[in-house]
Amino acid sequence: MPVLRRWIQIVSTALSNAYWMFPHTKGIYQGTLKSICAPGLNCYSCPAATGSCPLGSLQSIIAGLRPAVKAGHYHFGAYIIGTLGLIGSLVGRMPCGWLCPFGLLQELIHKIPSPKFEIPKILTYMKYLFLILFIFILPALVIDDYSYGMTWFCKFICPAGTLEAGVPLIFLKPELKELIGVLFYFKLAILFVFIVWMILSRRPFCRVACPLGAIYSFFNKHSVFRMIHDSEKCTHCRECYNNCPMGIKFYKGPNQHDCIRCLKCLNESCRFGAISYEIAGMPVIKPVEPQKSALTPP
Amino acid sequence: MKAEYILPDSTISPKRAFPLLLIILFLVLILLGINLGEVSTVMEKAIKICLDCIGIG
Repeated sequence: MPVLRRWIQIVSTALSNAYWMFPHTKGIYQGTLKSICAPGLNCYSCPAATGSCPLGSLQSIIAGLRPAVKAGHYHFGAYIIGTLGLIGSLVGRMPCGWLCPFGLLQELIHKIPSPKFEIPKILTYMKYLFLILFIFILPALVIDDYSYGMTWFCKFICPAGTLEAGVPLIFLKPELKELIGVLFYFKLAILFVFIVWMILSRRPFCRVACPLGAIYSFFNKHSVFRMIHDSEKCTHCRECYNNCPMGIKFYKGPNQHDCIRCLKCLNESCRFGAISYEIAGMPVIKPVEPQKSALTPP
Repeated sequence: MKAEYILPDSTISPKRAFPLLLIILFLVLILLGINLGEVSTVMEKAIKICLDCIGIG
């Protein structure tokens, strides 16, 4: 199962960035697939990107809401919110654990040997602040003379955009070097901070700053796919917590807002059969291996 | 040990119906968005390099 998940993450990253003609065209992919929102965080200005970043698209629509309404186009992001809501209703935050290219990057970087530190729980609520403020409020309310807002999260925060689009485009289009200013160096600094943090802590961007993960997390308790915790079988051995890429204490309850349904707790951690999942209310129970089940809870 | 998964019978409960309602709601939203022409707006934004968005310019 861990190998399968890694392969799915790699294939998803490859499919999300499958346009390898960009060194010849010197531009980004402009085909019809760009009208489809990718389930994970993948900047649509990345030269190889084949789909749209749902967060970038949502901010763009909100930033252009007033001019669009004035022009008689009532675009409020129903297509994007509907797409994210549909995915969330089916599997909750599972795309973060199985499909997101930036999630894969964080897991790989975290393998670099170093002292490891836990992220304080209070910081994990910051992603909701980013979601409300940088995706909805600021793009809608801070407008220029022509009533257009800005894509605040992309412009000032998103390290994925810097890594996947900002830096590659500088090499692809050397003329852009003249446009580099303080903002670009600020975003490079944010990227650097997150890369160092990825080495030290488990998936820091997903847990602290990702508005996409914040949106999916609302569905974790109400999705078709849900995790189940059997408190009678649980011994609180903390093995699930030690192996969890999001640092979740599963024994404190299933379907917590940061659970990305990677199933590491189920397949690689719990020896007591305390963790399982259900699909549409039907429990899927994995039998405990006989040798390990012989270990009795203390 | 070969992992075998058991699917026990289960009765329909409001807990199971809620995700279905959410799915219908968001499907309706997707169709509404398509009907309003949001797909072409998404496409329009995504095929242009947004320098502002990536911290250049």
